[in-house]
Amino acid sequence: MSQSLYNEQNGQDPQRLFTMSVLTEDKSGLLNHITIIFSRRKINISSLNVSTTEVAGVSRFTIVVHSTREQAEKVVKQIRKLVDVLGAFLYEEDQVHYQEIALYKVPTKIFMGGNKIEKLVRDNGARILVIEEDYIVLEKTGHKDETSDLFKKLEPYGVLEFVRSGRVAISMSKRKTETFIKELEEVKTNLLFQ
Amino acid sequence: MNTSTLAVEKKQPKKTISVSGSEALLMCLIEEGVDTIFGYPGGAIMPIYDALYGYKDKLTHYLTRHEQGAAHAAQGYARVTGRTGVCFATSGPGATNLITGVADAQIDSTPIVCITGQVPSHLLGTDAFQETDVIGISMPVTKWNYQVTKAEEIPYAIARAFYIANTGRPGPVLIDITKDAQFAKMDFSYEKCTKIRSYHPYPVLDESKVEEAAEIINNAKKPFCLVGHGVLISKAEELLSEFLIKGDIPAASTLLGLSALSTNHPQYVGYLGMHGNYGPNIKTNECDVLIAIGMRFDDRVTGDLKKYARQAKVIHIEIDPSEIDKNVKTTVAINADAKTAIKSLIPKINKADHTSWIAEFSACDKIENEKVIQKDLFPTSGEVKMGEVIRHVSEKTEGKAILVTDVGQHQMVATRYYKFDETRSNVTSGGLGTMGFALPAAIGAKLGKPERPVIAVIGDGGFQMTIQELGTIFQYNIGVKIVILNNSFLGMVRQWQQLFHDKRYSSTEMVNPNFQLISQGYSIPCQKVDAREDLSAAIDKMLATDGPYLLEVVVEQEENVFPMVPSGDSVSNIRLE
Repeated sequence: MSQSLYNEQNGQDPQRLFTMSVLTEDKSGLLNHITIIFSRRKINISSLNVSTTEVAGVSRFTIVVHSTREQAEKVVKQIRKLVDVLGAFLYEEDQVHYQEIALYKVPTKIFMGGNKIEKLVRDNGARILVIEEDYIVLEKTGHKDETSDLFKKLEPYGVLEFVRSGRVAISMSKRKTETFIKELEEVKTNLLFQ
Repeated sequence: MNTSTLAVEKKQPKKTISVSGSEALLMCLIEEGVDTIFGYPGGAIMPIYDALYGYKDKLTHYLTRHEQGAAHAAQGYARVTGRTGVCFATSGPGATNLITGVADAQIDSTPIVCITGQVPSHLLGTDAFQETDVIGISMPVTKWNYQVTKAEEIPYAIARAFYIANTGRPGPVLIDITKDAQFAKMDFSYEKCTKIRSYHPYPVLDESKVEEAAEIINNAKKPFCLVGHGVLISKAEELLSEFLIKGDIPAASTLLGLSALSTNHPQYVGYLGMHGNYGPNIKTNECDVLIAIGMRFDDRVTGDLKKYARQAKVIHIEIDPSEIDKNVKTTVAINADAKTAIKSLIPKINKADHTSWIAEFSACDKIENEKVIQKDLFPTSGEVKMGEVIRHVSEKTEGKAILVTDVGQHQMVATRYYKFDETRSNVTSGGLGTMGFALPAAIGAKLGKPERPVIAVIGDGGFQMTIQELGTIFQYNIGVKIVILNNSFLGMVRQWQQLFHDKRYSSTEMVNPNFQLISQGYSIPCQKVDAREDLSAAIDKMLATDGPYLLEVVVEQEENVFPMVPSGDSVSNIRLE
């Protein structure tokens, strides 16, 4: 239940990170449908990931926003309203397991002369993805602060390019996606019988 | 397993016949019970119009004079019949012209299906002649939209369109069909859509919520019911009446809820909102239980939310879960359609007597009557007042007409003073506030309910926004009675300029054409009245005339509409002068 429906500054609903997980039919144009719900309310999306799920024909959008709970709840309700949306769920940071992947392109030459960089890679749980004559691509998965941390450590050696994915998240719920979809198919809310 | 995959993929063993996509579209419409279409042809929709030529016996097409008119006419048709309105437009400008009507239908929950032609699929995205991304443009203002690029998709798209438009909380659906899909041959078979796994229009009623609500109502000393559009949409008028009488609960209506209860209903206490009645606004902040049915707490109803019904327990009966707790925090929310919820609620509430509480509304009425209503309805000197025109119209039609209003002062006056006595009699643009709505919407209303008188009350400003629809009225001899309340101002904006902008009348004065000559140009009989003594006879003449009629009444130029809750102020601060 929302803390503050009257936009009062009572300090009980601070801005924080929320993860929204949206299950949809695999239809073109849905990304636009979903993102205009945010842009209309001037909410900036921190990250967005779209992927297939274990159920054929069903996609999952994982959206991370910085928002109050009240605003996030209202947005999720609007997303649920879209005809091709199967379900939309809102999670606090401690309700999901999540991960991001980061790639770092660094000059090959920084690996020469000592094992400093190699140790850095090892200690940070990163791995070498590609070795080229001019550059090496490192890969690290983790939370944003962890991938940022490695970036900061590599920065003095000259990072050619740094790229990070959106968050992917899995909820702590034990329900199978397939079961959820099956329930949707069986529920009798399609027609009105009076 | 995937029930929502294209119907065509299922390869049904049903008998099929080979037709063009255009013909298939028309056959789908007939399957959905459509007989009336409003529209305007153009290049990208020509194959559909060509097919329509062969279906004249089953589908009557009304050529409006602008696509906006087609959309509003479809809305007017839908609002009075409860059936889905249908309109056609071509690609590009035809489609963009529809958008105002589509947005209006979205915010006022009106079921319409719009069919737009689109450039051939191989030209999509090339900036071809009259190409516009109508799917992108209409996305935020439709309940659903879909682009058809293959003829085989047409039955699937149309079946879904009608199912989505007119189930749950209704709304507009737009189907964009590329020209090649209109030409291509396909094997036709049709099956109505009754289920989409990702769309659940009718929530399962939670009886425990109904119990909770009933307990609150049974303990209420000062219950107050707000009646919204949802009552009309779910056809819950009679059950609502029974509920109100049993609980002896006073009820007020939102703008779009008007006519759900007769203004003569013993529990009816008036009209809510910015220019609503004094009692309903004041008592909102004095009641102990507020029962909102099928309404969405629009800012024109609530004013300042921080000072809105904070003392009351709020019961919200609403079909759309996104409306619950959106503006007003509920004590108990019943997520269901109004009819299902009221039906379940009636046996659970006690018979009650709230005579003294209802008398408080009457006391407010007395104040409003003295300060506002008498002066509006029975002026004895000065220029003609808008209110007295409506009083005559209301009396002479015995509250049995369909009242179609535009947007502005005349709208507030007409909806305040028309004494609705039949359901589905109020057609207006509420949420979007679309000037130019009334004339085309009245066309749709009259064609939807030809047996009922349709009176379109329009200001001189709004009339000129869709004045070209006089051509449609003329061509098809549609018996709409048009009452122009002419004050030579954009009256509502002028009123705000007077009250809140030091009377700086910035671009609100109108130098108007001779409406009589215009009407004559369309062979629509007309009359102009500027004297009080001629008013009654003129309205009699209008009502006695067969077919369309235009009555222009010159009214007081700088009349203000009161009561008024200043924008953003509390409903308690409603002003009577």
